[in-house]
Amino acid sequence: MVKQILFSITLLITLAVFAWTMRRLFFNFKFTKKLPLDNIPKRIKVTLEVAIGQTKIFRHPVMGLLHALVFWGFMVILVGSIEMVIDGLFGTERVLGFLGPVYDFLFAAGDIFAAIILVSILVFLFRRLFMKVKRFYGPEMKPVSKADANLALSFILLLMITLLGMNTFYLLEMDSHNEALTGVYPVSIFLAGLFAGLSPEVIHFWHEFNWWGHILLIFVFANILPYSKHFHVFMSVPNVFVSRISPLGYAENMESITKEVKMMLDPQTAFAASTEVPPKFGVSDAEDTSWVNYMNALSCTECGRCTAVCPANITGKLLSPRKIMMDLRARMKEKGPGLHREGLTFNDGKSLIGDYISEEELWACTMCNACAQECPVNIHQPSLILDMRRYLVLEKSAAPAGLNAAFANIENNGAPWQFSPQDRMKWAEELYVNAKA
Amino acid sequence: MENKIKVQVPVMAEIFATGHKPEWLFWVGSAGAFDDRYKKVTREFAKILSWLKTDYAVLGAEESDSGDVARRAGNEMLFQMQALTNIQILDMYEVKKIVTCCPHDYNTLKNEYPDLGGHYEVWHHTQFLQKMLDEGKLNIKSDLFSSKTIVFHDPCYLGRANNEYDAPRDLLKIIPSAKVEMPRNRSFGLCCGAGGGQMFKEAEKGDKEVFIERTEEAIATGADIIATACPFCMVMMTDGIKYKNQEDRMKNYDIAELLSMSLGL
Repeated sequence: MVKQILFSITLLITLAVFAWTMRRLFFNFKFTKKLPLDNIPKRIKVTLEVAIGQTKIFRHPVMGLLHALVFWGFMVILVGSIEMVIDGLFGTERVLGFLGPVYDFLFAAGDIFAAIILVSILVFLFRRLFMKVKRFYGPEMKPVSKADANLALSFILLLMITLLGMNTFYLLEMDSHNEALTGVYPVSIFLAGLFAGLSPEVIHFWHEFNWWGHILLIFVFANILPYSKHFHVFMSVPNVFVSRISPLGYAENMESITKEVKMMLDPQTAFAASTEVPPKFGVSDAEDTSWVNYMNALSCTECGRCTAVCPANITGKLLSPRKIMMDLRARMKEKGPGLHREGLTFNDGKSLIGDYISEEELWACTMCNACAQECPVNIHQPSLILDMRRYLVLEKSAAPAGLNAAFANIENNGAPWQFSPQDRMKWAEELYVNAKA
Repeated sequence: MENKIKVQVPVMAEIFATGHKPEWLFWVGSAGAFDDRYKKVTREFAKILSWLKTDYAVLGAEESDSGDVARRAGNEMLFQMQALTNIQILDMYEVKKIVTCCPHDYNTLKNEYPDLGGHYEVWHHTQFLQKMLDEGKLNIKSDLFSSKTIVFHDPCYLGRANNEYDAPRDLLKIIPSAKVEMPRNRSFGLCCGAGGGQMFKEAEKGDKEVFIERTEEAIATGADIIATACPFCMVMMTDGIKYKNQEDRMKNYDIAELLSMSLGL
């Protein structure tokens, strides 16, 4: 009974803190631009493939497999965590055992996955700590980003140790009481052999220790995640669901511009009184982005696969697609509370462009979509880069000189070069084809 | 010249005036009409079209820039003006099917013009030629390139942007020659460096230019020919070959040129 009360209080605190954090975080979505969520069947398909099937992470086959195993393992182990919460609240033990063979299968899989995840996490930690993997470095990867990654990995490592510990000492405890087992534990039964001969009291202590250790780690981890890049754990599946499903090369149409252009092209409507407040064109700060951009930023786990394939970054330019996402997240975190307090008129004298992202970074992009192609959680960095370019050009007329010249040429003679439109057929002059072909 | 037949490229305004609506509109694009190197590609593709007796026409002086560069460089106002103007012309001639040699125009006409009311069936020239191949219309007997090795550079706006990796490769397969791939190919392909408006501006400060990085990768394959299917990639690869002083041993051709030459046109 004491255990149940203690557990209930702990769970309540966990949920309260989590709800408070979520409320703060999700308030930020209020400031972002609305976008419709169309084509649900296709989104379900994409989610099944990219999120559940982990298809894009396999573009790096070895590390991809390890990550996929960790992800799939988490999904199986989640059943066990839910059972622990029920057990904790109601004082039951392995309450889902009534599922019989299904339980045996799920918990055997969970036991094996715990070992696989443990090994994978050790590989990940080794790569982060001892191998100089290029994509884990870069100007945006500050010491705090690295500590964040190592902390998340350490948490998962401890989670798996306590899970295996719990199973192992559960087996030993049942054995010492001559009670029937619930579930099958192929890895832990092997581990149990290593601890044979301990007294029932010691076994009981370690069973309880690992049980509490595991569930408390989950509670603490869940509340650290929203403040970490590893919020990815919660956000990536929903992010894949809401991600862009149009072809990578497609750029969103700016409806506000369409209205203006149609007025210019049709003199009839040119004098029609416009009652709308002129919007800001493009993105210069966090609140100008769409809610999907912000979801993208919250789902980014800073793996750097985008930056590793970016042609600008590869050739030493400042642009790093990962940094763009990290900057949006950091800027929203900074400005969100003020926006919440004072509304959209809030101004802290800073902005996303300028204080976080330089114009030089934005103009280095070739819009090749390699970053978006690579992102395992379907983040689309180019659309945000394009929206910031739109701000620079439409609001600030701040395009590089070469582009301004191209704009002028397109406007005046319908081509980015200085040629007369009348010469558009010159290529076809004196054209012959071989008669014998 | 006795073995040559003059090709008259049909212009839409004239054809339409006779009451005929051509099946295809060949969208030449600004680079196809004005860039000296890519004009040659336009000519070769037009030769193939007329040799295939395709029912087609071009807009000629009535065509204007697709607006792709303007849009990706952030000038949405200019893009939409261009797009709406072009849509007016295309709709006036009741255009249904468009073929173009430019992946950027292909992308914007296919994926972006619909937002502004322009709905067409758009084909990249490699897709069009692949269709002709499937219909058995392209039979190559020449062994012009049989001693050569060809490497294909994926244009971003054909490949990643629109998922077309096979059409150009299927066409290369019928040209007797050796083929190799760069380490970064298909969806892993590295950009030539010209997209997103880069073609028209100075590159930002860095260690090297993107086109050099990509050309070095192509050179390392040992290929004699870099095949491309995009006017921007063409300019970049040509510059890269020059920069690396490989002009004597390496050439850069569009798939349409390789086919036209192999067909003996």
